[in-house]
Order: sequence, then C-alpha cells, then structure tokens
Amino acid sequence: MKAKRSFWRRFFVIDIPVALILVFALGPYVWSFITAITPNEALDAGGVRYFPENPTMVNFVGLFKNIDFLKNMKDSLIVSTATMVVGICISVSAAYSFSRYKFRGRNFFLIQFLAINMFPIVLILIPLFVIVSRLRLMDSYFALIIAYSTFTIPFSVWMMTGFFNAIPRELDEAAEVDGCSQLSGLVRVVLPVAMPGISATGIYTFITAWNEFLYAVMLTNKNVRTIPVALQNMVGEYKIDWGLLNAGGVVSAIPVIVLFFFIQRQLISGMTSGAVKG
Amino acid sequence: MRALRRKIDFLPYAFLSPALIATLLVVLVPIVEAASYSMMHYILWKPKAKAFVLFQNYSDMLGDPIFWIALKNTIIWIAGVVALQLLLGFFTAMLLNQDFPLRGIVRSLILIPWVTPSVITALMWRWMYDGNSGVINDLLVRLGILKQFFPFLADSNTALGSIMVALMWQGFPFFAIMILAGLQAIPEELYEAAIVDGANAVQSFFRITLPMLVPVLLTSILLRIIWVANSLDIIYIMTEGGPGYSTYTLPLYSYLKAYKNMDFGYASALAIVISLLLAVVVAVYVMRAVKSEDRL
Repeated sequence: MKAKRSFWRRFFVIDIPVALILVFALGPYVWSFITAITPNEALDAGGVRYFPENPTMVNFVGLFKNIDFLKNMKDSLIVSTATMVVGICISVSAAYSFSRYKFRGRNFFLIQFLAINMFPIVLILIPLFVIVSRLRLMDSYFALIIAYSTFTIPFSVWMMTGFFNAIPRELDEAAEVDGCSQLSGLVRVVLPVAMPGISATGIYTFITAWNEFLYAVMLTNKNVRTIPVALQNMVGEYKIDWGLLNAGGVVSAIPVIVLFFFIQRQLISGMTSGAVKG
Repeated sequence: MRALRRKIDFLPYAFLSPALIATLLVVLVPIVEAASYSMMHYILWKPKAKAFVLFQNYSDMLGDPIFWIALKNTIIWIAGVVALQLLLGFFTAMLLNQDFPLRGIVRSLILIPWVTPSVITALMWRWMYDGNSGVINDLLVRLGILKQFFPFLADSNTALGSIMVALMWQGFPFFAIMILAGLQAIPEELYEAAIVDGANAVQSFFRITLPMLVPVLLTSILLRIIWVANSLDIIYIMTEGGPGYSTYTLPLYSYLKAYKNMDFGYASALAIVISLLLAVVVAVYVMRAVKSEDRL
C-alpha cells in the first residue's frame, strides 16, 4: 500500500513536472521542425497543423540547393574557427602565468579580464565600427575575428586559469627535476593534461561566435554573411517564408547543440567551481 | 645570481603580454574612443558637422522622452526576466537533484535552449506567437484561456512580456545548472542531522537548503543581470522595439541610434550611461569574486 502511494507521489511530484519542463525546453524545436516539413501551400493557407499532411523535405533540400546558405555556413565556419584558434593561442600563456606564478599586479590583471567581459556590447560596438572602417577591414573575416576576440580572450583566460589551477603543481616540479625548462614544462606537461579544459573553452568560444548576431550585422554586409544575419535577412517586409526559415534555424542550431554535448561536463565544472564555494 | 632572479620575475609578464596587449587594443582603446564620441556631435554621414559638444548629448538625454521610456522598460525587462529565469531554474534544479530514470539525458536536453542562438530563439518564438498561425494562440484557444487569436507581439501591452518569456526559455538552464551545482555541494550530513532533530522537509528547505544556496544564487543573479541587460538582439529581431516604443530598452535604443540613424555621438552617450548603471552590478560581482574565487 505504502509502495503504491509513493509511486503516485513520485509520479505527480517528480515525473510529471520533469516531463513538463522537457516539453517547454524542447517544444520550440519540435514546432520549428513540424513547420519546416509542412508544405508551403498549407502554411500559406494559415491555421495551425500539428500533423501536417504530406510532410515534405522541400525546405531542407531548398536550403542546400541555395548557394547563398552554403556560403553562409562556410563564412560562419571560417569566422568561428578562426575566433577559437586566435582566442586560445593568445590566452593560453596568460592563463598559465596566472595559474603558476605569483607576481606583482597578478590579481589586478586577473580581475581586469573578469570585468572586461562584462562591458555592454554597445559600448564596444560603436567605436569598433569606426576602427574597423578606418583599418579598411569592413565586411571581412578579420572584422568579426577582431570583434569576437573582445569577449573570447577574457573568457578564455578566466576559464583556463581555473582548469590549470586544477592540475597539481607537483607535475611541473617533477618535470623541472627531469630537466625541463619552464616553457617546455608548459608545452610538454601542463598543456596535455589540461587539454580537455582547453578544448571545452575553445569549443564554447566557437559556439558563441557561431551564434553572434549584433556585431555581424553591423560589421559585415555582402562579402561575409554569417548564418544568424542570413536568417534575419530572410525576414521580408511583408512576407516571411516560415518553412524555409525554420528549416534554416534547425539546421544551423544542430552543430552547436552537438558540440555542446561533448563539452558540457567540463564547461559546467569550470563555470560553477568558483560560484558554489563563495 | 641577481640577473637570474630578474629574468625569472620578468617571465610571468611575458606570458601575460599577448592577451593583455590584445585586450588593450580591442577593448580598452574602443572604450576610450566611445567616451570621446559621447561628447561629440557625431553623425556618421555628416562628417563635416562633427564637433565637440561636451555634455550636450547627456543633457539632451534628460529631455528625451524615449530615454525615460527605455529606462523604465530596461528595469522591467531585467527584473522580470531574471526573476522568471531564477524561479524556473530553481524549480528545475530541485527536480534534477532527485533520482529518476534517464536523469543524465534529461539534464543534457534541458541545456539545449541555452546554446540556441539568439536569432533562432527570437525567430522561433516570433513564429509561435504569430497572430494567424501561431501555435501558442492555438493552444491557448483550445484550453479556453483565449477566445480568439491575439497578436501578442503587435500589442503594446503584451509585447514586452512576450519577449521576456522567450528569454526566460533561453536563459533558465543557466540558473538550473548553477543551482544544481549548489545543491550538490550541500553536505548530506546536514539533512541527516535535521531529521534526527525532528525537522520536516519544509523546515530543512528553509533552514538548510536556502541559506546554503545564498552565495550561488547571488553570483548567478549578478551574472544574469548583466547578460539580460545586454540581450538586445532578441528584442531587435522580435519587435525592433515596437509597437511604438513599448519594447525599447536602453541598450536597444543605443544600438538603433547607431545602426539606423548613424548617430554615434548620442548612441555612445547612451552606451556610457548603460555602462555606469551596470558598473554597480559588476563591482558587486567582482568584490564577491575577490573574496571567494580560488583563482584570485
């Protein structure tokens, strides 16, 4: 009797709410997908269809037949990859320095990186527009790589400092005893061990660059057009092709969702470590 | 020996320099420029009229009714979205802290909104709110809550609230994950001791769980205030600030001034004001980090 009551209790107190939250979290994607496979005539007719008759892949096929969208994906891929590589390369030695040395001004510099990440986008965006056009880099990959490094570098320094701190110093010391110099100690001992944390940080910066819209719409135009800007451009003044738009949304979100699943454990431990103890 | 020591002292700064120089160039230099634009009459397509006007832009702001509407909306926007995300995130974290089948998978799936690009979030929700074919309208009518389809984003009474729900969707997983980490850090012995002392579930929640979560709640709320304040892309795509000025927030106003009107002077002054207002939040966050971060 008691077992039975606790089963129902669990069902209402845990299972049902969990299911509801899942529906809320995933519902928009499900609806996007349903819209994407609904034939255009049905969408034009108005009304709401939960199970479209004659589901079609026409919108997905149309997306990939469309040379522009393939170009948009290429642009997004180039910008995000370059942002990630530049961010990691520039930040990794700074994180090592914060993690392994005590020096004058250490905390000041580290706080500086933490605080810089919190400046409002509009404050940096407006002057960056002027600087980028002064450098004649408007509408180029470089414009976005520079813009995105404004948040990837401080973020990467902060995250990787945490990951490096988690590696015991004895490892460096052992390397030094074995005759490694400081620099080769970093390259041969600390970097390999920190690789999971470094890749999680890098992939997260890749995701933020892939998702970014405001800088992209301001600093690029016809030459370079990343996916978020392309999707927004599909929104016409009077008519919106919701089928194609939803197909584009689903297709461009899938890569970042997959990437995120690989790094979520590392990323979350890096983000929560400081906050929980406080 | 002395030479050697000097060399060692120099090393950490050398390691630091690439990141430091890069942020100096891409962040600090632009901020100084922004501060100077904010004291200029500077409209991009009227380069000849560019001139220093000192605090003119700031005093113009005081008499600008849109500024005051946007300020009011910004406060509603931040307080509302953070509260919604916090409540749903808290609830989700309490659930995820329980044992149930497929917990690991559920926890991962719930994170999906968090990595969803803002543009896609905005477009998906705009489509769901649609006044003719929107699924939200259809469900509300079926449930009997609405009599007929309602244009949520085209009505100035509901537009801001509707966008807030969309941003709640995108941001609640962050709170859920932070609070879950906080819950898992509470030692089990505390609860066992409470049971021995005869406390019931409600008492242990208010006497143990909540007080133990205060640090993580504070940190997440401070981080979220900054993030939500800066979330202007979602508003831009869902309503462009309309109808009227009903969904204007200060960052959006600054962005539209720069992007649509090319009025870089006034836009920069707005950006400086936003930064000063948010600086209070950033300062509290940094002070807490200094005390508790083991990185520092």
